[in-house]
Amino acid sequence: MTVAAPTKPKNLKLVYQRPESLVDSATHYCPGCTHGIAHRLVAEVLDEMGLREKTIGIAPVGCAVLAYEYFTFDGVEAAHGRAPAMATGIKRVLPDRVVFTYQGDGDLASIGMAEIMHAAARGERITVIFINNAIYGMTGGQMAPTTLPHQVTTSSPRGRDVATQGYPIRMAEILANLDGAAYIVRRSLHDATNIRKAKKAIRLAFEAQVRDLGFSMVELLSTCPTNWGMSPVEAMEWVRDNMVPTYPLGDYKVAPELQKLRV
Amino acid sequence: MTRELMKGNVAMAEAAIRAGLDAYFGYPITPQSELLEWMSKRMPEEGRVFLQAESEVAAINMVYGAACTGARVMTSTSGPGISLMAEGISYIAGTEVPAVIVDVVRGGPGLGNIAPSQGDYRQVAHGAGHGDFFPIVLAPSSVQEAVDLITEAFDLAEKYRTVVFIVADGSIGQMMEPVSLPEPRAIQREAPDWAVTGAEGRPRRTLTSLYLQPEEEEEVNLRLVRRWREAEANEIRYREYYLDDAEYVVMGFGTAGRVALSAVRAARAQGIRVGLFRPVSLRPFPYQAVRELAEKAKAFLVVEMNGGQMLDDVKAAAQGQVPIRFYGRMGGVVPFPDEVLDEIHALVSEPPTLDEDPRARWLDNMQRRMS
Repeated sequence: MTVAAPTKPKNLKLVYQRPESLVDSATHYCPGCTHGIAHRLVAEVLDEMGLREKTIGIAPVGCAVLAYEYFTFDGVEAAHGRAPAMATGIKRVLPDRVVFTYQGDGDLASIGMAEIMHAAARGERITVIFINNAIYGMTGGQMAPTTLPHQVTTSSPRGRDVATQGYPIRMAEILANLDGAAYIVRRSLHDATNIRKAKKAIRLAFEAQVRDLGFSMVELLSTCPTNWGMSPVEAMEWVRDNMVPTYPLGDYKVAPELQKLRV
Repeated sequence: MTRELMKGNVAMAEAAIRAGLDAYFGYPITPQSELLEWMSKRMPEEGRVFLQAESEVAAINMVYGAACTGARVMTSTSGPGISLMAEGISYIAGTEVPAVIVDVVRGGPGLGNIAPSQGDYRQVAHGAGHGDFFPIVLAPSSVQEAVDLITEAFDLAEKYRTVVFIVADGSIGQMMEPVSLPEPRAIQREAPDWAVTGAEGRPRRTLTSLYLQPEEEEEVNLRLVRRWREAEANEIRYREYYLDDAEYVVMGFGTAGRVALSAVRAARAQGIRVGLFRPVSLRPFPYQAVRELAEKAKAFLVVEMNGGQMLDDVKAAAQGQVPIRFYGRMGGVVPFPDEVLDEIHALVSEPPTLDEDPRARWLDNMQRRMS
């Protein structure tokens, strides 16, 4: 059966379409996972800034390992946790390109802790999209450095016991202390209002890069319904009720040049 | 051409700059640190990239990123740093991007010491990271040869889209010798057609070492093997000394080969028909040339600054055709020519048998010497 392509009705303005930076395909992400939303926000921002053809994205190891498949700009795939170092190598030889990493919590806050800290300390002109869903997704739901106290995972089956398994790491707060950082904020993807705020933050993070202000990172509180054992709706509510209190949303560092900026 | 007295590490750094290096990323470790220091001074002077990374892990991943853009890029380190870089080296190999790595080898394992050693032979030539890949490995025996090989290393890395190692033991890095440096080459500016540079006016490009379908990964693996066979056919390098009429053949690479050459000259002066075979490409290893020597020679003497890591390749090449004696100094001890001359005398006076294990006799001798 063939279906005629929809024609654009006359006198109507097109206000919503797939960003040019995003590939027209289904993703491998689970239903209710917020990776799709984060991908789309990045794509929209790069389109709006006219940066698609100048951008090089760096995928992590984790569920977003194939992120480069979903964008129409150039991409590379880093070793686990090393995306900020790889981004540094790219940005230093191509300083007029836009370089960003897309990393999960295990990648960025556990195995890649040294690389993210030093990229920020050096003030690398890169942007980091940090997906914090408090769990290792791809490997099957193990405890992450961001797992909440008492949260049950496949490697903390009795719940994360802080006495032996330590406490959650708040990356935005830590990185904001480094002089090389120009823009460090935390947002959430659990409802429409917060998604709009997240998009604005992603815009400002890329603005920090193109304005040569320093390192920028947007931490995005995200869901993992599959490994949390929840429905998509329950997962969104769990972010709101459990993650937001542990990981307060807000601006942790905003360079003065960005404070005046209206986007 | 004018010659300058230069330290090996500095000469290698300057040679890389003249070979058109775009970017250097590294981390301090003895005995290679002068290379990094020279880069920190000279690369900014040339308007190129120098960055001291937070670790060897980060340094190699910076190299990886820069290599993906088609830039000429290198790093340098010593054994413990190679261990940390193994992850990134494997990714570079799997992504098929070119990079040059200088390993100024020190004594090991573990923290070992900072004296010259050849203990990284196996790690670099037979390992270098997880998975199936073949780095090209070149071993200089003088500062001049190190300079010449650096220049060549970039061409090879780009030709085969692979990792090329320069394995220079600590003495090559630390000693000063007169060298003539090549004329500076123009920096290559045209990005190769696989490079990730931003999808301006063209479809996107992606560079990855991830192939989830086993058949797809196998295709990549086979491509790497085919490319390696091409390197085996074209890139074998070795030097021969006094081999035309030699009855006995000494084998050694790098500094061990150079020390052995002095011993061979002394033995020749005493009328012993002995020559030296010095592999320069440790990978691809000159198996065929060694095999041909095995058919002609009465006996081999393999000399190394390790426990016989190249010895195993020589044995594989010789295929039992020739008796082999082994002499190794380890732990950062550099053999004197006289020691090797004694070994040549022993090779002639008490020849090894075809079925003996060269390591067993060597260990017995070392035991006697120590007690």
